[in-house]
Amino acid sequence: MESQNDREIAIRVEGLTKSFGDKVVVRNLSMTVKRGQIYGFLGPNGSGKTTTIRMLCGLLTPDSGQGTCLGYDILTEADRIKERVGYMTQRFSLYQDLSIRENLEFVARIYGLENPTQAARDAIERLGLKGRENQLASDLSGGWKQRLSLGACILPSPDLLLLDEPTAGVDPKARRDFWNEIHALAAEGLTVLVSTHYMDEAERCHEIAYLAYGELLTHGTVAEVIGRSGLETWTVTGPEPHDLALELESTPGVDMVAPFGTSLHVSGRDHPALDQALKGFKARKDLTWERSEPSLEDVFIDLMQRSRDNFVEAKP
Amino acid sequence: MMNAPLRRRASAFSRFAAMFVKEFIQLKRDRVTFATMIIVPLMQLLLFGFAINTNPRHLPTAILLQEDSDIGRAIIGALKNTSYFDITRIASTRAEFDGWIKSGDILFGIEIPANFARAVRRGDNPSLLVVADASDPVAAGTALGSLDGIIGTALRGLHGLPDNSGAQPFTIVQQRRYNPAAVTSLNIVPGLLGTILTMTMLIFTSLSVTRELERGTMESLLSMPIDPLQIMLGKITPYIVVGFVQAAIILLAGVTIFAVPIDGSLALLIGVTILFVTATLSVGYTFSTIARNQLQAIQMSMMFFLPNILLSGFMFPFAGMPGWAQVIGQMLPLTHYLRTVRGIMLKGASASDLTTEIIWVAVLTVVVMSIAVTRFRRTLD
Repeated sequence: MESQNDREIAIRVEGLTKSFGDKVVVRNLSMTVKRGQIYGFLGPNGSGKTTTIRMLCGLLTPDSGQGTCLGYDILTEADRIKERVGYMTQRFSLYQDLSIRENLEFVARIYGLENPTQAARDAIERLGLKGRENQLASDLSGGWKQRLSLGACILPSPDLLLLDEPTAGVDPKARRDFWNEIHALAAEGLTVLVSTHYMDEAERCHEIAYLAYGELLTHGTVAEVIGRSGLETWTVTGPEPHDLALELESTPGVDMVAPFGTSLHVSGRDHPALDQALKGFKARKDLTWERSEPSLEDVFIDLMQRSRDNFVEAKP
Repeated sequence: MMNAPLRRRASAFSRFAAMFVKEFIQLKRDRVTFATMIIVPLMQLLLFGFAINTNPRHLPTAILLQEDSDIGRAIIGALKNTSYFDITRIASTRAEFDGWIKSGDILFGIEIPANFARAVRRGDNPSLLVVADASDPVAAGTALGSLDGIIGTALRGLHGLPDNSGAQPFTIVQQRRYNPAAVTSLNIVPGLLGTILTMTMLIFTSLSVTRELERGTMESLLSMPIDPLQIMLGKITPYIVVGFVQAAIILLAGVTIFAVPIDGSLALLIGVTILFVTATLSVGYTFSTIARNQLQAIQMSMMFFLPNILLSGFMFPFAGMPGWAQVIGQMLPLTHYLRTVRGIMLKGASASDLTTEIIWVAVLTVVVMSIAVTRFRRTLD
């Protein structure tokens, strides 16, 4: 019997670990995603996002750990999971030598939809590809390929979407449309796990998780993640920001300096040390200082730096 | 001024060297190409050197003894002494004897008629019947040629023979069955049917899974609810149709251009061809599940194709090969298909004559398909 609680949970995994050769790609990862949520998966390249997603849909077998996806055991019930999950791969993975219609009909048949031709026709209309249905997938631009992939994923009306960097290399307008669609789907009750590098996309998620070097470093809502970071951030404007950045970076107590247009974000974890460090700079007449919230990017870069330090130290 | 051209020449060489080193490293890393380079020449050498024998000896022979006499035994002894004939079976009726030839269990049948010894002693010059399966002219040719030599030697040392040194004591009547004129094309065309099908079918399916891997579509496919058996059957079936069309073209050309007969049932021929095409497609598909890229798949297909040409009885007589080569040959679907096709087309053999061969092809198909399905990687691990 499923408990009420279980029915509200789309993904619950504990202690997932996966290595390739002697390289640990995902280390002891635990996470919970509630149904109907858009869950953002962030982290630098090679942090284990794709590997985690693949373990969730049965494409990879974890070395250790356990969990469920849509209530099915990820170790033993991959077949059931595949029927209810739409997985959009990072690289376009529909058939380039099939037309849009043929690709969609193929997917519809594999999932055993009752009327594949009609299902494909409806999807083409929904995607705004009417009139182009006989074009080969290879002839589509990046943005349209991405739309087609998403269309193919949601065609069998899955309960969970796993999207692996769906908007990489797609223009801003197409990105916005894409996210509007994702929100519309979530509003209908679909759960979406999406990996991305874009901070604006992270902010559009209900919850986010940050991975680096195979470890889940933080998770929660955007506000929670920023609040938990313990970073104090100042924005400074002044002449020669590049020289100023170099100068600030070499000052003990300053953990991170990042340029934002003509201004700099200066952050530190140790608040008294940061105040001490900035004292001299604040006295300068040509600089304007303002206390600000750390951005999500500040938080992530800080997390990544710290975890790299740990990672490097941990190595003999 | 002197340095400039020199430096340039050096850099042209270093570019060549860079390319050479890179290619060498890649070659070294590409295990399958490396293996192909070593295994193919070795295989050719071994097969041509040891397995192939265009002057085959120890051919399976049956004897139909209508009487037991010292002369009969002497003739059998002389036949054995030529080392061309291995008496593997003794027939008790003519029908049994004919059936074995049709199914390909024996290549020769020798009948010693009743009252043969008495007729020889009386100086009646009786006939000894030697029936040969000439559907493979190479295999039958030299053995038949050796027969004349035994007439003189067989009876040496036996008593009570008439002393008419001019005339021969008996005559050997040769009966070449299925291809009496020893026309090579009659043997080659049915063989080509199998060989061409093997090559094309292998290439088609050996690419089918690796193509999905290389193009990245496998990741999507594996995330969908479809199992390995469904994938395999879905990939193989279109090519069964292709193979069927190919077979039809070859047969049509064989019949119209080379006047090859189809003595047996066309329906049986079609049925067996479909079975054989399925077997070969399964082999190609299995390679496809093992190879990492399309090139490796092609290389594996070629390595499989070579013994098919040499050891199946297509190019060289199967019966002439040493035991180990025959064992390898038995494992190839083509070997059994060739016997079946030659049986149906040239000998008019029926399904019951060819049961063993058909079962072989079917069993090999099931075995290879099982390997393919278990080899198929359901995950990206």
